[in-house]
Amino acid sequence: MKRSVFFIGLVLISLAARATTIPVGARETIKHIKEAIQRAEAGDTLLIRSGIYREGNIILEKQLVILGENFPVLDGENQYEIFTIHAQGVVIQGLTFKDTGIASISDLAAIKILESKKVRILGNRFENTFFGIYLANSSNIWIENNQLQSQAESEHQIGNGIHLWKCDHITINNNRIRGHRDGIYFEFVTNSLITNNYSEGNMRYGLHFMFSHNDEYRNNAFTNNGAGVAVMYTKGVTMVNNTFQHNWGSSSYGLLLKDIRDSFVTDNTFIENSVGIFMEGSSRNEIKSNSFYQNGYALKLQASCDDNVITRNNFQQNTFDLVTNGSLVLNKIDGNYWDRYEGYDLNRDQVGDVPYRPISMYGTIVERMPQAILLWRSFLVFLLDRAERAIPVLTPENLMDQVPAMQPYDFY
Amino acid sequence: MNRIIKYVFYDILRTRFILFYTVFLLICTFAFFQLDNDFGKVVLSLMNVVLMAVPLVSVVFTTIHFFNSYEFIELMLAQPINRRSIFLSEYLAVASSLCLAYVVGIGFPFLLYGAWQPIYTLLITGVFLTLVFVSLAFFSSVLTRDKAKAIGIALLFWFYFSLIYDGILLWVVYTFSDYPLEKLTLALIAFNPVDLARIIMLLQLDISALMGYTGAFYKNFFGSNLGLIFSISLLMLWVLWPLLFAMRIFSRKDL
Repeated sequence: MKRSVFFIGLVLISLAARATTIPVGARETIKHIKEAIQRAEAGDTLLIRSGIYREGNIILEKQLVILGENFPVLDGENQYEIFTIHAQGVVIQGLTFKDTGIASISDLAAIKILESKKVRILGNRFENTFFGIYLANSSNIWIENNQLQSQAESEHQIGNGIHLWKCDHITINNNRIRGHRDGIYFEFVTNSLITNNYSEGNMRYGLHFMFSHNDEYRNNAFTNNGAGVAVMYTKGVTMVNNTFQHNWGSSSYGLLLKDIRDSFVTDNTFIENSVGIFMEGSSRNEIKSNSFYQNGYALKLQASCDDNVITRNNFQQNTFDLVTNGSLVLNKIDGNYWDRYEGYDLNRDQVGDVPYRPISMYGTIVERMPQAILLWRSFLVFLLDRAERAIPVLTPENLMDQVPAMQPYDFY
Repeated sequence: MNRIIKYVFYDILRTRFILFYTVFLLICTFAFFQLDNDFGKVVLSLMNVVLMAVPLVSVVFTTIHFFNSYEFIELMLAQPINRRSIFLSEYLAVASSLCLAYVVGIGFPFLLYGAWQPIYTLLITGVFLTLVFVSLAFFSSVLTRDKAKAIGIALLFWFYFSLIYDGILLWVVYTFSDYPLEKLTLALIAFNPVDLARIIMLLQLDISALMGYTGAFYKNFFGSNLGLIFSISLLMLWVLWPLLFAMRIFSRKDL
């Protein structure tokens, strides 16, 4: 053991001895990044002095560390892709990327990583890029502390903030993404971790997620995106402690779960979304300890879902708590707190003694005829809802919470 | 005219009904505050009271008051006073006392709890509803000489606007749901002051209800300044037309 440690230390020291730092800048001997890359050996560090670099597309196929000093600007002049990386162990830190080209056939990006491993993208700024960071067929990539911002006017003129295709073991931590098409895009990405990101004001989804198994996202916030967050055709996703806020519009969801299996949605907060969670064709998921607050529909549970467990959630001040489009009950909805619950608790065990039917009749009517929303909160609707609660006709009779909580759960 | 208003006002105060009404509203508001700390929710609960109770009280009180002061009106008519000014003073006295009771009853607790933001809409729409239903009650009172009949007609107005009309609207939506109904429903809403008031309040208080394409359409319309002016002026119209008709009938009527 000791010997091996010593040996590794020796190797590291010898590597460090070989690596050199090459400064690049207007006042240095090497003035262009391309030139520096050409001269550098694997393991070297390029130190980019502050300034503006207009060098078109920079192709990087060596193991280099590229550090920016005071955020030098790499300008794509609205024409080029900036960095194309095809190498192992590259680090890119502290650069500003600006104005990449916009193309409809090729996906121009500020940083494109193709078939690479162990790359780290740390603390960069992206302004007005088509795609921000684009990963394809790569693994063990670390993307942290980046800021991506774009001002798109329509969906076809803009790419995704962080775009991943066919990747494995990726960490995306603490990035801020704004004004792209999708904030973060995942397709065929497995075993990855998305944490502490803030995705705001994107044209389409804050997070778009397909065929990406065994991923986990925690502590992210998705605010004000065109259609919220979509998670589709995936199994084994864990979604913990995220905030879905103010995803507002006719086809907007806080969280869209389509064909999701064996996943966990826990401790999330859904505030002011048109639809908190929209579930379709999903099975064996656990939705637990979430807060639904002031949503249009807190939960839209389509009849194509089965074996989901919805428990210990808080439903407060939503217009409609739950709607569905069928009468068959295949999911378990138990032990939630519903602020509309009017039952009693005689034995004081904090569990209501009367089952609660979370589906309101008027919710069902509005689901079928959106114009009927105009009568919401009128006396007629109040009476209809009361009558329906007593004798269910339109709403599924067996869909009820058998053990509703009397007090809201305290998650904080 | 000022003098008549003053007499009618004293008369109303003497019956103590207005006092009870104020106390009722006060208790309601305080009770909602006790039950819930969330101002938004208090306002929403109060909205139901405003939409149901305020028109009902206005209608019943106005008709009863009109017939109780019939002799006073007859006495006044014997004096050289214009019929219109007698009628208008009656209207102004009744409406202002009801509005005052409403504003104090709802506004005072909010002032006490320091919640100013959501209350404006509630107060304004409530006052408008009071005015509208006082007008309607005067209209039904001058239609007939029989007190019971007048109360019946007035109650019918209330019942129609708070329940039957919505039923018809729902039926229309249900039957023609295959067609784009946004503009039609918008037009139909204009024919019901209670619905107008409800939607103005809904826009301020329960915005999450108006999601989806249709919701967005209504929100764009009613949420804009133009929509607000539109709905307020419609409510004005609802105050004015029954009042003017009633005044016309009253000034020609053989009492």
